[in-house]
Formats: sequence, structure tokens, C-alpha cells
Amino acid sequence: MTGLHWFALRKGVAAFLTIIAILCANFVIFRIAPGDPIRMMFRDPRVSAQQLQAMKEKFGLDKSLGGQFIAYMKGLSRGDLGLSFSHRRPVAEVVAKRIPQTLLLVVTALCVAVVLGVALGALAGWRSGTRFDTIVLTLSLTMYSIPTFSLGIILLLIFAYHLAVFPLGGIVTPASGFTGIAYARDVLWHMLLPAFSIVIWYIGEYVLLTRSSMIDVMGKEYIITAKAKGLKELGILKNHALRNALLPVVTITGVNLGFAVAGVIEAETVFSWPGVGRLVYEAVSKRDYPLLQGVFLLFAVSVVLANLVIDLIYGYIDPRIKVRG
Amino acid sequence: MSVSRDRTDKLREFLQLLCGHGMGLTGLIIILVFLATALFAPFLGCVDPGRSGEFANILLPPSSQFWFGTDDLARDIWSQTLYGSRVSLTVGILAAFITVVTGTLVGLIAGFYGKWIEEVLMRIVDFFMMLPELPLMIVLAAVLGPSLWNIVLVVSIVSWPTTTRVVRSQVLSLKERPFVEASRCIGAGNPTLMFGEILPNVVPLMFAQAVLMITEAIYAEAVLSFLGLGDPTRISWGSMLHFAFESGVMARALWWVIPPIASIVALIVSFSLLGTAVSDILEPGYKETKGF
Repeated sequence: MTGLHWFALRKGVAAFLTIIAILCANFVIFRIAPGDPIRMMFRDPRVSAQQLQAMKEKFGLDKSLGGQFIAYMKGLSRGDLGLSFSHRRPVAEVVAKRIPQTLLLVVTALCVAVVLGVALGALAGWRSGTRFDTIVLTLSLTMYSIPTFSLGIILLLIFAYHLAVFPLGGIVTPASGFTGIAYARDVLWHMLLPAFSIVIWYIGEYVLLTRSSMIDVMGKEYIITAKAKGLKELGILKNHALRNALLPVVTITGVNLGFAVAGVIEAETVFSWPGVGRLVYEAVSKRDYPLLQGVFLLFAVSVVLANLVIDLIYGYIDPRIKVRG
Repeated sequence: MSVSRDRTDKLREFLQLLCGHGMGLTGLIIILVFLATALFAPFLGCVDPGRSGEFANILLPPSSQFWFGTDDLARDIWSQTLYGSRVSLTVGILAAFITVVTGTLVGLIAGFYGKWIEEVLMRIVDFFMMLPELPLMIVLAAVLGPSLWNIVLVVSIVSWPTTTRVVRSQVLSLKERPFVEASRCIGAGNPTLMFGEILPNVVPLMFAQAVLMITEAIYAEAVLSFLGLGDPTRISWGSMLHFAFESGVMARALWWVIPPIASIVALIVSFSLLGTAVSDILEPGYKETKGF
């Protein structure tokens, strides 16, 4: 076993334990709710005692807490997340249908934010103290302070309602019958505003981080050496400075995934994007606890897994880990 | 006596530095304005923000009677906006207080005792930091039920680990310093060392964390209320936007949307400015550059 193997094994075990802990926490959270869950679901006083009893049995709430936990874990191992109250279908099925739309939105927004953020941040750090730097810095800080849902509402009001250049929401024009390229163009047109509102918030983080990392690297001796050798400025930026400044950016991408989830929930809600984030809003407004539980589980587990992947990538690109383990 | 004199001096010096810091001063002034509107809302032309008005007054644009117009239940938006600052500031300050006190205590214990205590506590911290914040807050708020105090609780539960992590690493370096060693040599017990020697040196850090936490708590309250998890008995900026969004007529009633958005952004920006200023001032060497 090399250092890298040990590192991967350790990270993998930690991620596995975290997921187990999340599954347990998920069980506990939904049972600390004050009051009787069945009573909360069916507030109608006309519901008879027998009907309540039948409901309890249906959702497995007649068992002891230990029995409920075993049933919950057994269900999870089969991919069973319970029944959604509002959709009257298995939670897993409802959630699974929404995943592709969310992935499309998140991956697009993240890629744009990382590329633009790193480029702007690197340039600002490279030319720190100039007017360009000040403008980029001020803009990033301001954009970072606007909650995604507020920005979304502003964009919606300006570009969808008043200028009417973008759709009011959704993912495709209803009943348009688009196929092929026309369909893809329609989706892209619908995605622009929600993706933009996520990018704007997210980009600030990357600009600030790359900038400070860049300033840090620029003071290192090997940059001075490279300058003394008479290398071209752009070459130094690309081959010497940026490459080293990017290490912390990789780490922060993992840490930030949890925050990215927040942006997705807000943007999807405002723009009625039919993804998992919008599902959170729908579950909250219909008090659909099993659905909320399922979505929470999906978000939490995917953040842990994504972090594991990023840790492994980091272990691969950072030579120090290979040696030390 | 001399200790308390020393502290008031430090506080005065800190305030002087803050007033000399352009960003910090701007932030502080905006915050004070919001604080004043929150405190004196009843004297600033406000009516009961939750009371529905007459049918004829529904969705009126700004006028001399309704300065910011009315919403779809003919409620006065000026009053809602002013009273909304109460919710934001209450949640922000209370949640930040609970978060920083809890976080510091846990960080202090973990850093000071080390060994298995630290191991256990830091694993719990790692676990919380791994969970996506907003979904966790939504789930907890939905389960506990919508109320102002539950929002404070939920934000605190989710946010304390950040402070713990920062405080712990500070404590790790502080406990190796000579003054702690000296105190131990003259027979000080663990509680004295922790709270008498180390804690005072963590206070500046706690202060910086508190400002950061207020910003995050205000943001969290706004998002939770926007998603419909706000306190139904207290109008906040987030819940104003929730009602406007749900009403389906917000495009025709910009006066309903602009005040809450502008207020949220202004308050968050000003706390961020204050936060930047505080961390600048606490940076070693800042005082000297300003000629103190």
C-alpha cells in the first residue's frame, strides 16, 4: 500500500461513517417533532380513531422506536424512502425524476462560475492594487451579499416580466413540441436566468479565493526566479503562478458544495425550475415530511460523496500526500 | 480594578480604530439606522403591519397615506418594512450570540483538554460541517414548526461548529504560551486556566466571529421565511417576499418587492463591511499603521 492508497482508504471510511451518521440523524430529526405526526398530517377533526390507527400502521408508526428504526434502515437498503403525501407515490420515484434537471443546472452554473471566477481572480491577483483589481474586488463582495432568491426575483421582474426577453419559469415552453436542436435551445433559454443567479453568487467566492491565493504565490521565490530568467509574463502566470494558486481552489470546491445546494434551492424556487431544489419548496408548502426527508438525504449524501471525490483528486494532484499518506 | 480599566481602554481604542476605518464606519452607520427603525418603528408612522386593511386599499402604489404602498391584503408596506428589521436584527443578534457562546465553549474544551475529548468533539464538528446548511435548516424548521425562536434555534444548531473550529485552533496555540505555563506553575486549576487565562485572549476572535454569524443568520432567516418557514405572527423581509411571490402579482407591485430586497441587501452588506473592518483591526500590526 502506498501513501495514496492509505489516504484514499481513510477518506473512504470517513465518508462511509458520515453517511451512516446522516442516515441515523435523518431518522432522529423527524421523530423529535413535537406532537403526533399522523395528527399533524391529517388536521381534519372528522378523521376517526380507526382511520388514524390504519394510517399509523401504513406508515409503520405503530411499532416501537427500535422497530421503526430497523424498518427504516431495511427500507433504505432497498432504496425505499417511504411514500410522499402530496404526490401519493414513492418518494424515491418523485425525487429521481427531478435529479437530471438539477444536475444540468448545477453543473452548468458551477463550470461557468469556476472558469470565470478563477480567470477574474487570477487576473486581479496578478495585477493587485490596480483599478481592475479594485473593481473586481468590490463587485465580488457586493454580489456575494445579495441572497440568490432576491437576485432571482430582481432578474425575473426585469427580464421576464418587463422586458419579456426570457421565460417566467419552467424548463421548456409548454406544448411547444420542440425536438432536437430547437428543444436544446429552448432549455438553454429557460436555464439562463436561474443559472446566472447561481453563478453570480458563487463566482464571488472563487474570485476572492483565487485572488488571495495568487497574491500569496506571487511573493514566492520561484516566481522571482522565473522573472529573473526573463520568462514572458503570460508564461509565468500560466505555468508557474496559476498552477500553484489553484490547489486551495480545488479544496474549496468541496467545501462549497454545501452552499451550492442553497443556491440551487433558491434559484429553482424562484424560476419554477422542475428540479430537486424546487421539490424542497413544494414539500415545505405542502408539509410533505417524507418527501422533505428524502430530498434532505439526497442532498446530504451527494455532498459527502462529492467531497470524497474532490479529496481523492486533491490527493492525486498534491504530491505531498503521495509521500506522507 | 486595573483589569476593568484596561478593558474599557481597549474597547475605546477599538471603537476609535473602527471609526477611522472607512468601510467599518459606513457599515456601522447603516446598522445603527436599522437599529433605530427597529426600536422606534411605532413612532415612525407605522400602523400594525399584520392588520389587513379595507378592500379599496388593496395593492395601492406609494402615496401620502401609504408611503410605500400596500400589499394584496391592503397591509401597509412601510410598516412591514420597518417592523421587518426587528425580526432580522433579533434573529441575527440572538443566533450569533448563542452560536458564538456555544461554539467558543466547545472549542475551548476541545482545544484545552485534547486527547479523546478533542477527538470526539471535533468528529461531531466535522459531521455538522459536512451537512449542507440550508437543507438542514429547512428540515429542522419544518419539523419544529414556524416561529421566530425556532428559527433562532435552527440557525444556532447549524452554525456553531464554524466557531468551534476557529476557537480550538487558537486555543491550541495559546495553551502552549508561557503565561499559561506560569499560571499553572503557581497552582491555577484547569477552570482558572481556561476561563481566566485563555478565554480573555480569544475574545477578539469571538467578536469577529459574532459579526460574521450575524450576517449568516440574517441571510438564513430571509431564505427560510421566503420559503414559507417564517414566523406567521411576525412579518419579516423574507416573508414579505414570500407573500409577494405567492400572490402572483408582484410584477405589477414593485413597491411591494423593492423595500424588502433593498433592506436585506443593505443590512447584509453593512454587516459584511463591519466584519471586514473588525478583522482588519484585529490583524496584528494594524494599530501601528494607524499611528496608535
